[in-house]
Formats: sequence, structure tokens, C-alpha cells
Amino acid sequence: MRELRYREALREALAEEMERDERVFIVGEEVGHYQGAYKVTEGLLARFGERRVIDAPIAEAGFAGLAIGAAMAGLRPVVEFMTWNFSAVAFDQILNNAAKVRQMSGGQFTCPIVFRGPNGAARQTGSQHSQCFEAFYAHMPGIKVVCPATVADAKGLLKAAVRDDNPVLVLEDERLYGSKGLVPDGDHVAPLGVSAVARAGSHVTIVTWGKMLIASLDAADALAREGVECEVIDLRSVRPLDHAPVIASVEKTGRCLVVQEAWPFGGVGAEVVDRVQRDAFGALKAPVLRVTGRDAPMPYNKKLEDLTIPSTDTVVRGVRALLAY
Amino acid sequence: MTNQHDALLDLYRQMVLIRRFEEAAAKAYSQGKIGGFLHLYIGQEASAVGALANLTRDDYVVGTYRDHGLALARGMSARACMAELYGKVTGCSKGLGGSMHFFDAEKRMMGGYGIVGGHVPLAAGCAFAAKYRGSGEVALCFLGEGAVSIGDFHEAMSLAALWKLPLVTIVENNEYSMGTPLSRTMSVADASAKALAYGMARDRFDAKDVLVVRERIGAAVERARRESLPTLIEVQTYRYRGHSMSDPGKYRTADEVEARKKDDCIANAERSLRALGAGDDVFAGVDREMEAAVDDAVRFAEESAEPGEELIEAYTYA
Repeated sequence: MRELRYREALREALAEEMERDERVFIVGEEVGHYQGAYKVTEGLLARFGERRVIDAPIAEAGFAGLAIGAAMAGLRPVVEFMTWNFSAVAFDQILNNAAKVRQMSGGQFTCPIVFRGPNGAARQTGSQHSQCFEAFYAHMPGIKVVCPATVADAKGLLKAAVRDDNPVLVLEDERLYGSKGLVPDGDHVAPLGVSAVARAGSHVTIVTWGKMLIASLDAADALAREGVECEVIDLRSVRPLDHAPVIASVEKTGRCLVVQEAWPFGGVGAEVVDRVQRDAFGALKAPVLRVTGRDAPMPYNKKLEDLTIPSTDTVVRGVRALLAY
Repeated sequence: MTNQHDALLDLYRQMVLIRRFEEAAAKAYSQGKIGGFLHLYIGQEASAVGALANLTRDDYVVGTYRDHGLALARGMSARACMAELYGKVTGCSKGLGGSMHFFDAEKRMMGGYGIVGGHVPLAAGCAFAAKYRGSGEVALCFLGEGAVSIGDFHEAMSLAALWKLPLVTIVENNEYSMGTPLSRTMSVADASAKALAYGMARDRFDAKDVLVVRERIGAAVERARRESLPTLIEVQTYRYRGHSMSDPGKYRTADEVEARKKDDCIANAERSLRALGAGDDVFAGVDREMEAAVDDAVRFAEESAEPGEELIEAYTYA
């Protein structure tokens, strides 16, 4: 095991996969000469050259679509969105081409492509630069969506994404890029669609993904001091959604809280709630509750931003509300 | 007979096949045997046939929802195409795609696409893949003049020029973007003028003579193959039928359509063939052969099985 930062783990994944497979290339804004807006791709241009680390103009629909065509023609592109916010102008390419080409060609074409970049709120970047995209994309059959929360998963899930024959969206987080963690040595690949128990417990099940794992674990620590043991499940992939371990945990605890940074209406948390109420109905001692971002565009003001994004405190309050039933 | 005669006869045969195929499709549609949308290519045949005559089997073709002519010109089987219109499992997309989504991986027909302009970046991607590998293929992309207004077209042109991709983009200007004439959708009359902004080679010509289409697009294909440079081409053409089968065509007069039919690409090719010595027997033979091929395709489509329920989710993920 070695300690790396999250962005270094992503970089290692990219470099190893490019080394392993000549068909893998990176395209995106500022990925080459600038070394990446968030320095994920730092050094890769020098190592792999302009043929495989390609600076694109500001044309997300164009370069996302181009990469989809290249994937259909046999390459394995990794597309960096400087942030997922900018993927909105390439939404049609992901929805109507990447997600559907296999189905509408009767299985003749596949689209082995990775789209990656930071998702969710950064720090005071305002409403257009602070939003969560997993619900939009996980809604689409044909797409896989992963949200690595740990440094080990940043490497392992990205490597698995590059090797997968489907379009895989890797939703990273700007606030996690500098975080440190241990990464297994060697060819560390984390399977897609497999959740992890981040902390074992017997009183309440907390289901989360991405950056909200941190607030959830901190809340579990705080609650443990009061004698409340939370089992925290990190989904890691939101599609495919590994719900069996969630159901097994709720069968044990009888209480379930879903924690997401995203807006509350619909969404991945609602999908988890639906599955839990159906498949663990008999075990539930309380309704399944959600802690979510507030139902509003992100405010710029720091105090209001902090109030909009779920925190350790709001997760603790959510658990207490569950226990009060 | 000369080589010139034989080459033109081959193109003529393809154009007749496309027209007979689509006439049969229109009939089946009116009988309720084909559902959804059906966008006919009738009148525009010389454009796909002339253009694709320049390709090798490994080159890439990407098209719009008006894709039947493109598919047949690419050598896809009339049976598989008709069966797809009928929604049968023997169709070129197993009945999952329909009229707008004809695919054939083996022929490198990369598909027909239903979101206007959304396919142009895909074609640039096929060209990119060829250049990345150094494998020498070119990509041909077809779109209508109505697609020239959408952003994806411009982003794809911008990238193709910037990265010097072997891409030939063919704007089939049939004068109507669904029911809206060119004069009300574009601020300039010439779609190829858009190439100027990207520093890209361009061409513009009338597609009523299939040999002219073959020659002019051939020059662009050579530029792509030898110099790895893109070209934007406007071909001027005309569709005789509505935008789709549900279009009553009230935005133009019957006189206009009849006048344009007098300069028909198939009739023009017939005149040229006669000048090269072809007699009535040749044309009667082609008609018989193509009608038989289309009859066979219709019979095949009608007799083929529907896809099973197990195919609903079978191809969602690899």
C-alpha cells in the first residue's frame, strides 16, 4: 500500500491504462499543455505525447461526440469534462449516441468510453458551477455511473471504467482531489457495480456515495460516542446499483438513511428508498429518510452554501430523526 | 460496351434499386405494415450513390434519419433493410432501430441518426480513429441543409479542420428543412460557405448527374485519404416526397415538384447510357431485376419473425 492523493490516484490509473492499451487516449480542455485544470493529467502529455493527450477547444458536444464516434470505430477514449457542469451542452451526445448506439444497432456497435471530471459543489463557485449530475445520467439505460469517494477507488474504479465496454461516467469531486489515502500496490482495479461497507454497525444503515461518504463517516463517529452504531454503505457505483448489501444491512438494522449532496426531487436517493421499502419492508422500524442538498440552485454566499450542502450535523440530525420513530 | 458505360450502368442500377425499394416502402407504410417515421430519399439518389462509389470497404459512412438510400448504396442487403422497416428480427438492426437507425458494422455503415446534426461529431470521430491508427480510412458524413444551423455541426467542422481529419461532409441541400425553405433557415444561400470560417476546403455542385457527384466527391475523398484534410460539400438536390410520410407538403406547389422531376437523376443517367449505346433491353432488364429484388425483400420482411421480448434489454449493455 502507498499513500497518494486522490488526483494522483486518478493520474496513475490513466497512465497505467494508457501504457497497457494503445487504443486509450485522453481528450478535453486544458488536459495537455496546461497539465489539467485540476492537475489530474499532469505530466501525461510529456509521457504520452500529443497524439494521445489532446487539448480540445471549448466544444464539449463536439469533442464528446467525436470521442463517441472514435469509440464506435475501435478506440477507447477518456474524455475529461473540466467539470460535469459543462457536460450539459454534451448531454445529447451522451443520451442519444453513447447510451443508445449499442441498442439501436441491434448490438453491432459498442461504445467503450469514459467521461470523467469533478461533480458537485466546489467552494463558492455559484449555481452554474455547483451541481450534482449523477441523477441525470444514472437515469439512462446504457450508461454506468461511478462516484469514487476514496483514493483507492479513484484509481480502481477509473481503471475498471477504462476497461469496461460500455460508456462509464466517473464523477469525481474537486474537494476530494487533494485528499490522501492508501492505494493497494500493483494493478488495482475495483469492480463496477459493487458497493462497500465503509463502517459496520447495527442500529442504523446510512447509504451514500461520493463526497458525502466523509460527512456520513464523521456523523457515524459522533453518534458512536453516544452509543449509536451506524453501518455506512458506500455505493461507489450508482449505476449499476448494488442494492443487495443495502437490503441485507437494513434487514439487520431496520432503519435506513440515504445521504446525497444532490437535489431531493427524484434522483439516486429516491431510487435507493424505493428499493429498500420494497425489498426490506418487513424489517423497517421507521420510514426510509433522506438527507439531501437543499431544493434550490446553489447560493454563492459561504454561509448559505454551507447550509445548502449536507454536513456532518445534518446527517446526525437525520439519524436522530430515524431513531425517534 | 465501354468501361464508362459499365460504370454508369452500375450506378444507375443502384439508383433504381433505391427508388423501387422506397416506392415499395411507401406502399407498405400506407398499408400500415411499417410504423413510426419514414423519410424517403426519392429524387436524391444520385447523391449517395455517386458519393459512395468512391469508398473502399473499410471507409466509414454516417448518415441521418433519411438513411435508406445510403444503406443500399453502401451495399447493405435490401432484405435486411426492408425487414428493419417492418420491425423484424432479421432487420439490419434486429428491428430495434427502425427506418431512422440502419446499421451494418461489417459494411462500416455507422448508422442513421435521428437528432439533427448530432451525428456529425460521430463521423469526425470515425475519421479521428482512422488517423489515430494510421489505417488510411476516410469518413463520409451526410446531413441535410437544415442541420447546418445546429451547433454540433459547427463543433464537428471546427474540430475536423483543427485536427486535420480525413472527413468528407456532404450537405444534401434539398431546399426544405422539413417544411421551411432555405431562405428562411440560413442567412446565406450556400451551405458550403460555412467552410470558410474553418479554413476548410469546400465544393458545391448540382447532384442531378451521378457521374459528376462521383467525380467531385471523389476529389474530396482523395484529399482526405492522401492529405488527411476535411472537405465540406453542398450538393444541390431535391426530394420529391414529403419530409416524411406524414408531411402533406403544403409549403410548395405541385407544379414546383413536377418541374423538378423533369431533371431527375435516374432519367438523366438513362439518357447518358443511351448516348453510350444502351438500348431498351438494358433498361427493361434493370427494371425487372430491381423489381424482383424489392419483391423478394418485401416477401422476406413479411415472412420474417418479430423480435422476441428478450431483446428489449439484451443490447442495453455490452
